[in-house]
Amino acid sequence: MVPLSAYVAVSAVLFMTGLLGVLIRRNFIIVLMSVEIMMNAANINLVAFSHYLESMAGQLTALFFIAVAAGEAAVGLAIIIVVFRGKVSTNVDEMNVLKW
Amino acid sequence: MVAVFFAYFALVSIAAGVLTVSLRNPVHCGLALLALLMHVSGLFVLLNAEFLWAVQVIVYAGAILVLYLFVLMLLNLKADERYFHSSYPYFLGPALLGAGYVIFLLIRSPFAGAKGNVPDAAVLEHGDTYAVGIKMFSDHLLQFEIIGVFLLGAIIGAIVLAKTPKSIDPMSGKE
Repeated sequence: MVPLSAYVAVSAVLFMTGLLGVLIRRNFIIVLMSVEIMMNAANINLVAFSHYLESMAGQLTALFFIAVAAGEAAVGLAIIIVVFRGKVSTNVDEMNVLKW
Repeated sequence: MVAVFFAYFALVSIAAGVLTVSLRNPVHCGLALLALLMHVSGLFVLLNAEFLWAVQVIVYAGAILVLYLFVLMLLNLKADERYFHSSYPYFLGPALLGAGYVIFLLIRSPFAGAKGNVPDAAVLEHGDTYAVGIKMFSDHLLQFEIIGVFLLGAIIGAIVLAKTPKSIDPMSGKE
């Protein structure tokens, strides 16, 4: 029997990997992919707790998370296309129009 | 046996995650993300969540990842980016130490809590899809409807954002 803390540890490692990706990558698309990694880490946590605490609510939340991730990917990629049309680049360092 | 499968899925998903954030070519990153999603769905199977396994494969790997790959190929990016800030070695040590400490604490903690009313036997009796469906359409109906409206808004927003702007000709007088 795999203990619950093993799943939580895997999820923590994946979450930190995704966070690192958001912080160090310059390509906007890879940054969005790292956000997907973090969402997957959160989903592992939700499903693992749902299994070990014998409740269905965690799996439902993970399901809603996947739907939110789909919407986030669609809008994020649309924003990338708009920015790319204006700047011909997906480098996050060059996107500073809204900087105060 | 479950422990072997867990070790395989966990190690490969972590390796794929590291590859996703470290590979140079964005298309290779997308393929590493595909490996990550598939192995995370394997973890879902180990946790008796077959419905989420199917949703993960169909929605994540089938729809979201294909969207990413389409945009990558549409934009035709080159792989020439600078990777790290110049002073990153000074942050690497503390970051690794902190991460190791967090994982140490997570592995040690017992994580007990109040049990719900859906034990394994109840899930396995009619299948996971049945259990998720009963729960979703009884207690969580409002969230289900909200997600529907949210997805509609996201679709409309994406279409409006990515639409080719109409060219404005100042000489003709009309838009």
